[in-house]
Amino acid sequence: MSQPSAQPTHGLGGLKYDPTKKARAPEWNVLLALIVMIVVFELLNRFQGNSFLFNMRANVNSIFNVQRIDIMLLQVAVIGIIALGVTQVIIIGGIDLSSGSIVGMTAMIVMSFAQTMTVNGNPNPKGYWNHELYPWMYDLPVIVPIVVAVLVGLAAGLVNGLLIAYTKIPPFIATLGMMVSARGVSSWYTNGDPISFPTDTYAKLSNGDWLGQVTFGLISWEGQNPAVVFILLAVLFHVVMKYTLYGKRSYAIGSNEAAARMSGINVDRHKVLVYSIAGILAAVAALLLTSKNLTAQAGMGMQYELDAIAMAVIGGVSLSGGRGSILGTVLGAAIFSVIISGFTSIRLDAYYQEMVKGAIIVGAVVMDQYRQRRRARG
Amino acid sequence: MSDIILETRGLTKHYGGVHALEDANFTLREGEHVAVVGDNGAGKSTFVRQITGVEQRSAGQIFFDGNEVRHTGPLEAREAGIETVFQTLALADDLDVPSNLFLGREMFKFKLGPFSWLDRKAMRDRTLEALKTTAVKIPNVDNPIRNMSGGQRQCVAIARTAAFASKLVIMDEPTAALGVQETAQVENIIRGLKERGVPLILVSHNLRQVFDLVDRIVVFRRGRIVASVLRGETDGNDIVSYITGVKGNAEGAYA
Repeated sequence: MSQPSAQPTHGLGGLKYDPTKKARAPEWNVLLALIVMIVVFELLNRFQGNSFLFNMRANVNSIFNVQRIDIMLLQVAVIGIIALGVTQVIIIGGIDLSSGSIVGMTAMIVMSFAQTMTVNGNPNPKGYWNHELYPWMYDLPVIVPIVVAVLVGLAAGLVNGLLIAYTKIPPFIATLGMMVSARGVSSWYTNGDPISFPTDTYAKLSNGDWLGQVTFGLISWEGQNPAVVFILLAVLFHVVMKYTLYGKRSYAIGSNEAAARMSGINVDRHKVLVYSIAGILAAVAALLLTSKNLTAQAGMGMQYELDAIAMAVIGGVSLSGGRGSILGTVLGAAIFSVIISGFTSIRLDAYYQEMVKGAIIVGAVVMDQYRQRRRARG
Repeated sequence: MSDIILETRGLTKHYGGVHALEDANFTLREGEHVAVVGDNGAGKSTFVRQITGVEQRSAGQIFFDGNEVRHTGPLEAREAGIETVFQTLALADDLDVPSNLFLGREMFKFKLGPFSWLDRKAMRDRTLEALKTTAVKIPNVDNPIRNMSGGQRQCVAIARTAAFASKLVIMDEPTAALGVQETAQVENIIRGLKERGVPLILVSHNLRQVFDLVDRIVVFRRGRIVASVLRGETDGNDIVSYITGVKGNAEGAYA
């Protein structure tokens, strides 16, 4: 402070940043990283005579490479929905390792409520229920599997939340247990057999386009349902975390659980609520995934929990709780899909992709730590 | 005597075999500011913890605002009107100043259980108002308090207490970790409470501060109240004599 100002100069401890200004949101850094990555992949593609994001052919009605963007959105939508729940769990200072297994478990159970009776005139060869005894379990209205999915996800999330809130075991252990057990349930359900052939209405959940063709001038996009659901849920939870008591309590608990408790927040009940919501979101991901693939397998969603955590961490969500946002996770998810699609677009081998992906996750956390330390030192 | 806001009779706390607090008889009148002094381990903080409901007493009675009370936690005590600044700050680092001030008592645009819509503007306005009346200066209330100095954070905690003060304020070593100017700021807040007629129990080691601020000084020694003297009738040497045990009979002092 070179010139005298009206602000008190005491107690600032020589901090370099201007304390009278609102601190810049860390999401800006994530957005910057995303833009840099897109530009880099665009340049790399141009060297090979292609384009990453733009349409190189003249006869199509969109300037963008719609196919690539569609694939990116689909890649990211399912795991992104899981990441929305995982973000909330991490913000309250927890961790959820079970979301991938909840996807697998929900996928198996849900698919058994979504099957069609006859396939090409013959009885469904992969029918879960006995055709003579339980014919009414086939061709159920689509609302039934949806409700079942929500209930399965809610149940798994509730168990997670109750264990963590009331037995006080670390979230890592509780959700690790759920991760193993839920995977066990999905294998036990059919002894490892896949369940296939859903009803047409169920298949339409992911393979339809509720929005139809969306056109803004030169940009045209046929809204794919999983991407639409992801975006809607992201907006919903962004608003919930930012503007409602639920969000305020979540950040308070992750920031200082003792203070939250002393302020009268029912911390245990809130934790149960957050883990339940995370469970339901994993189940929604399972719905979209099975509907897209027209089949459910016991191994579905394997390691999705790690990708979801990675999206959140890349998006600036702090594993120590209290910091991060839904918007950050959405940007993290976008970075995630740009990495995957980008490497594919320049024809980099899949093995290298995995290696670089890991390095980028670690790099994002290192950057975050560095930034925090620098800010703490002033 | 209806102007007594807080009274303890025979208040006792044992931790296992340790008698941290023994037969404490204490009264506080409306608008009165009382300092609680004593050596480390004399029982000051134990005394405060019984009143604020952080711990459950072993024996004795507490009367608050005319009724005998047995608060099961700090929250219950707060709802009854006892606002406390604890030695360990009860603030959430990642939240901004309004969110910390209103933590656990948020204002809403409309209520919908846990998904109630926060009235952030009203909370921000009330915060600025509270900081103004308590003369606490915070450069920007919209920043998370993680970025603020220890003194500023302490001021936020005290402003929270002062803003919601209803019947009784308790401060446990509020200036222990503060610089000179920040200490002055906190002392101003305390004077503001006096003007508003809010009674205060101030735990402090700082005798200069005690003589500046309060009406009466209560001395603890080895878990007992050994003296209760009006500020005008004593001096620093007198108080130190009580604290060190040169003066005062440990048996049966009535504060």
